[in-house]
Amino acid sequence: MAGSNACFYGTRRIIMIDVKNLTKSFGNFLAVENLSFHVNKGEIFGFLGPNGAGKTTTIRMLCCLISKTSGEAKISGYEIGNKAHSLEIRKMIGLVPDNVGLYNGLSAYENLDFYGKLYDCSEKTRKENIEYYLRMMGLWDKRNQSAGSFSKGMRQKIAIARALLHNPAILFLDELTTNLDPESSKVVIDLILKFKKEGKTIFLNTHNLDEANKICDRIGILKTRLLAINTPEQLQKSIWGNKTVIQMESITDSMLQAVKGLNPKRFVVEQNKIIIDVTDPLLENSLFIKAITSAGGSIQFVTTLNPDLEETYLKIMEDTK
Amino acid sequence: MRMEKIWAITSKDFLIFRTKRSILFSMVALLIFISIGLPLMIAYMVRRAGDSSSTLLPILIDAFSFMFVNLAVIIPASIASYSIVGEKVEKSLEPLLAAPLTDEEILMGKSLAAFIPSLTSIWAGGIIFMFLINIFSYQTLTYVYYPNWNIAVILFILGPLACILSIGFNILISSRINDIRSAQQLGILIVLPFGIIYLLKELSIISLSVSNLLIISAIVLIIDIFVFYLVMTTFRREEILTKWQ
Repeated sequence: MAGSNACFYGTRRIIMIDVKNLTKSFGNFLAVENLSFHVNKGEIFGFLGPNGAGKTTTIRMLCCLISKTSGEAKISGYEIGNKAHSLEIRKMIGLVPDNVGLYNGLSAYENLDFYGKLYDCSEKTRKENIEYYLRMMGLWDKRNQSAGSFSKGMRQKIAIARALLHNPAILFLDELTTNLDPESSKVVIDLILKFKKEGKTIFLNTHNLDEANKICDRIGILKTRLLAINTPEQLQKSIWGNKTVIQMESITDSMLQAVKGLNPKRFVVEQNKIIIDVTDPLLENSLFIKAITSAGGSIQFVTTLNPDLEETYLKIMEDTK
Repeated sequence: MRMEKIWAITSKDFLIFRTKRSILFSMVALLIFISIGLPLMIAYMVRRAGDSSSTLLPILIDAFSFMFVNLAVIIPASIASYSIVGEKVEKSLEPLLAAPLTDEEILMGKSLAAFIPSLTSIWAGGIIFMFLINIFSYQTLTYVYYPNWNIAVILFILGPLACILSIGFNILISSRINDIRSAQQLGILIVLPFGIIYLLKELSIISLSVSNLLIISAIVLIIDIFVFYLVMTTFRREEILTKWQ
């Protein structure tokens, strides 16, 4: 049973993936350096990073496909690198790799049936699950067509079904929606959210920042080393802080003096906007509004500045250069 | 090793081969040539030379029967190279390696996928060959030539061992080659030593007596062990994912 050997964190959380100082090098090339993070049961964890950042290498280590150079990692309590544990890990995970790798000479059904056998699914379970997932993906009517005749998106959907047939506790998804059209992408994202509701743990490698922002509970930004890790909101806040934007009809020196008088950490003026760094918006915003109106200012609206994940990601990458 | 997992891989490869006409065609064509074509040549010779061919006939039949060893090398070469390089071309190795299988189970599944059809073809062809030779040679030899110990050693000892050697050699080749045709062309080189033995027999430098066939089998067995040791060290997940490109 997945999770039976998992580590407990605090009183309620169960850690399904626990990584400490994980390092992988290929000869002199350091692919992944000193990674430490954990992923809780039922969490969607996203790994963001440029090409060659080590995302796929990390997934391959966690799926026991390649060995680690140093450090340790546990999947539901089973240790990677331990040969006996490797089989247990592989039983409880589902992997959708970057290259979906279907057998073009086999039909969609035969592809899935083969993997069902490898994962010890009984014939009855295989039949039921294959039908369930192919219907869910809208491919049941095409089940007897050879996989070689399918579009990239359809192949991706079959690869997802393949990873889910044995009802894995943890799903590793490498660049999942890269080949999908927006409609298929939505189907897949909805599916991932459904798995989360079922309590599955999902580890997602992606370049798609919008997708990561929408579905990930936490995000790790990787470039050989782990540069940042947090919820998307906290990540944005930790990089940009809280910013209050006050849109004015016009700005005068007395209004700026009034703002300055409240000793904000930092403020800038852009056209008719005053952008102020605040620690506690609920408390401070009203003080700034009061000061500005007292100085004769006419406020059109007040809002908070929310840089999106893309800006946050690019800033983190920029900072590492 | 769990037999049901191994069989799942083997039967999956069988399903794929069923759609690969080039593999089926080369297998059937070679089989027809050796098991039917060669006995027809014997029939033609008997018809032309009559009873005077009675001394030459057994030598020729024994030489032809050695072709089954060559067949045992050629057929798995095309299947094994497809089985491994095909996975590389379709990029299907990563999900396969992520499944709860040991390296040995994958290797065994792949090897059986080449071994079973090869051996089945050779045995089926051998039966047809023996049957036709008996029909065509009986009038001249005045006795039923087959079965004899020579063909038994070829079909049941040397043939399977040569088949295993070919599979091992082709897996080694496939780990370094990226396209199926090149793998098949290189893999077929394993037929050379057996071709040389056939040539030496034709030139009457060696005889393919039962004892000589057993000595050749023992040598092939030793090479098999060495080749499969190399295969086992090569067929490792990490090696396959990071170096088999």
